[in-house]
Amino acid sequence: MFKATDENRSEHDTMHWKSAVKYSPFYNKIKQHDYVNMWHRWAEYTTPDMLEDPTIEYFAIRNSASIFDITPMSKYRIKGPDALHFMNRLLPRDMTKIRVGRVAYTAWCDDEGMVLDDGTVFRVAEDEYLLCAQERQMEILRRNAIGFDIEYSEVTDEIAAISFQGPCTCKILKNMGLQEVETMKMFDLRFFDFPGGEIMVSRTGYTGDLGYEIWVKNDQAEPLWDALYEAGKDYALRPIGGDALEIARIEAGLIAAKVDFSPANETVRPGHAKSPYELGLGWLVKLDKGVAFNGRRALIKEKENGSRYRFVKLDVEGNKPAENAYLFDRENGKTIGYVSSAAWAPTAKKNIALGFVDMPHGEVGDTVWAEIYYQKELKWNRVWAKCEVMGEPAWNPPRKTLTPPEDF
Amino acid sequence: MTKEQNKTYDVIIVGGGHNGLVCAGYLAKAGKNVVVLEAEKQVGGAATTAELSYGKKVSHCAHFLNQLNQKVSKDLNLSKHGLKLSASKLATIALSADGNHLHLTKDSATGGGISEEDATNYKQFMALMHDYAGTLGFLLDIPPMDVFNMDWDDKKAALKLGWKLRFGLGAEKMSELLRMIGMNIRDVLDDEFDNELLKGALAFDAVLGTHTGPYSAGNFLTFLYRLAGGNNGSVDIPEGGMGAVSSAMAAAAIANGTEIRTNARVKSIDVDNCAVTGVTLESGEVLIAPIVVSNAHLQTTVLDMVGARHFEADFVKRATDIRTRGAAAKMHIALKDVPEFNGLSKDDLKNRLVISPGQQELERAFNHIKYGEVSTEPMMEISIPSLVDASLAENGHVLSATVQYAPYNLKGGWTDQAKAAFLETCIDRLGQFAPNIRALIEHAELITPKDMEDEFGLVGGNWHHGELTLDQMLMLRPVPEASRYALPLDGMYICGAGAHPGGGVMGAAGRNAANAILKGDQ
Repeated sequence: MFKATDENRSEHDTMHWKSAVKYSPFYNKIKQHDYVNMWHRWAEYTTPDMLEDPTIEYFAIRNSASIFDITPMSKYRIKGPDALHFMNRLLPRDMTKIRVGRVAYTAWCDDEGMVLDDGTVFRVAEDEYLLCAQERQMEILRRNAIGFDIEYSEVTDEIAAISFQGPCTCKILKNMGLQEVETMKMFDLRFFDFPGGEIMVSRTGYTGDLGYEIWVKNDQAEPLWDALYEAGKDYALRPIGGDALEIARIEAGLIAAKVDFSPANETVRPGHAKSPYELGLGWLVKLDKGVAFNGRRALIKEKENGSRYRFVKLDVEGNKPAENAYLFDRENGKTIGYVSSAAWAPTAKKNIALGFVDMPHGEVGDTVWAEIYYQKELKWNRVWAKCEVMGEPAWNPPRKTLTPPEDF
Repeated sequence: MTKEQNKTYDVIIVGGGHNGLVCAGYLAKAGKNVVVLEAEKQVGGAATTAELSYGKKVSHCAHFLNQLNQKVSKDLNLSKHGLKLSASKLATIALSADGNHLHLTKDSATGGGISEEDATNYKQFMALMHDYAGTLGFLLDIPPMDVFNMDWDDKKAALKLGWKLRFGLGAEKMSELLRMIGMNIRDVLDDEFDNELLKGALAFDAVLGTHTGPYSAGNFLTFLYRLAGGNNGSVDIPEGGMGAVSSAMAAAAIANGTEIRTNARVKSIDVDNCAVTGVTLESGEVLIAPIVVSNAHLQTTVLDMVGARHFEADFVKRATDIRTRGAAAKMHIALKDVPEFNGLSKDDLKNRLVISPGQQELERAFNHIKYGEVSTEPMMEISIPSLVDASLAENGHVLSATVQYAPYNLKGGWTDQAKAAFLETCIDRLGQFAPNIRALIEHAELITPKDMEDEFGLVGGNWHHGELTLDQMLMLRPVPEASRYALPLDGMYICGAGAHPGGGVMGAAGRNAANAILKGDQ
């Protein structure tokens, strides 16, 4: 077995080249639950696709409690007198509205108004934020910092984190001794006492369900894991892999970088990058906040002249996942778009897909058609499926936001 | 102070350098209520005349007038406002250590041991260069094309360029231009000539004011650029020094109704709700205008005056990425009498004297600045303007030289000792050609690239506010998002050397900026 913390070399380590794969501080704990050995690399870290069976793991998210290791997420600390101004220029949201102790989901753009990535921003103090994203952001922070009195640093390797999602999670955290955790509203952020120093807990997640993310120092990772297991032993808690999470996030209608959109700074072909409006994130953009935030001028123009694409959540006829399908205006009609993510939604019991269509297609309630290719015993088949554009995600339960959460 | 008490203008121009004055002149002529704010006690920026010692004056930074835009000169009627030339169409004399100097005019090369073949080639070569300059020159008088969103003027310009290249020059010369346009000057000259003195002098023109040596990529275009700017390749000296050009421009602006304020240093360009509102002076006074035009370097404008937070991040990054390294120093010497140069008559000394004996030597001189050192054998462009303009020296004479190469970032810094040592090196170098020079010196001083930044706001000591190389020209100048004089901030414009078509006492950037503002470009 690997010794995770010994092999976990950061880029500040002069011997970092010794390790092409990083092991999360939770690695040894997760490995104990691994029956299938299916792992892949996520931003240098090795991360499980599944540990046993993705369907069972998925149902832990929806029915009990799931642990997913998000240590590989890119994490940055931004601190200094200009921290608020810096974030307000970086992000299209009005960051003056995000108080200390709150988290904001947001996308961020380049000057052309094209989305670089999305993620969460944690206001941990008046002059201090944590930024958490799937992709690496150092170069983006570097150029944004010019002329601002802030310090910024990558803390990916210094903070271990898990996403703790499911209807029983609040109860388990209470059992663990986190006082008044049940009063945390969605996107709240608090610090709790824990052996080895305070840990940060946010009511955030990527599942569209009740859940928390817990942020600790590397050496607190294993004690945290043990504490959760102790507190959750009656609640069918289980670690999960990325495949189960993928189903949950598609069901919740949440987009993923490099799956549903290509980060603009890695996209060279014209028309392949997307704006927040085109990703269905128009609600994040506050054009009139009086700050020259990145992409503002381009987004004002887009608002005036119209977008090129529309993000759609589709209810797909039949049970064949519409993965990689083209979208048409009618059966055998004109190509108007494509599916970027698709899954059978086990809880919503719907065949769903996320995708993009050319404007003006794809208004809520409209019908589009998907041409779905699928294999049966290696033989390819093809089927036309009618799709309805949904106004809401397939899964959006009241318990996602209910405060205090149900007590089991 | 309430808004009622603050003075309100149509346009505020920050910086009274020559481009700011030209821009003001055009805007005021079109009926705008304009104020020019100059930090120093006199306008002109790097085009000023300054006292060197008692009774002696020199052109402080720029000293030859070889690129003044003819449209500017005519539209603003500069001659009526006092601009006179004390010398015109000066020859270039390439100095040789053995006294056998090479005399160059627009179409002739004599002396310097030049072969008949080289002399004939020179005539043909310069004719070709002037053809090229004539073909491309009109691009300096118009804003760079917006190739992504061409308006009617852009389309006209593109057609004109295509027509001039294909039918003006003809297929043969056009293909030759396209072959040469990205070359370095050394390869071009080695193709054409044998005479080292000739090649050294021509190569010097390609590297003057740049951070390149003759072997560096792409500086043939810089050579061409000098010829394309305004004056048809003629080198002139204005009466009263370079300050007289700025004075005439200021007089033209005032005659059109511009208010010019000196000793009015701008502390900040003010922004509210993503649009400029005016400026705040260091005195605390606030001036209001919906349009502010900065004649300063883009980096100074963005980072120091407006503030990075009022621009989007990629733009700020590009602004900070502008290459803006100067490599030339300026030497001024007050002389008791006319110096004697080996092999030159007193009359010859009225011309432009160049010390650049060969391309190898020039490249070797360049090598030093790569490592933060000064050239041990520097190259020079020398002028003794008091020979043609007695008003500059009540007695004796003044000599000015642009000296290459001196780095902006000198290893160990530009201390007083470092400055004195390089001045000695320069005087020694001059002494190789004018042996009695030391005995005649009353006073000598050196302006380093660092001084140029401190005194004239030339960031990095580059007198073009950004190196004039292919990747920083036309629609890439100073950065693509600012190439049409409007910055990505409502009401904010630039008009200085950093904008197309660049520095040199041309005035074209100021004129183009005024036209863009009047047209309503954003």
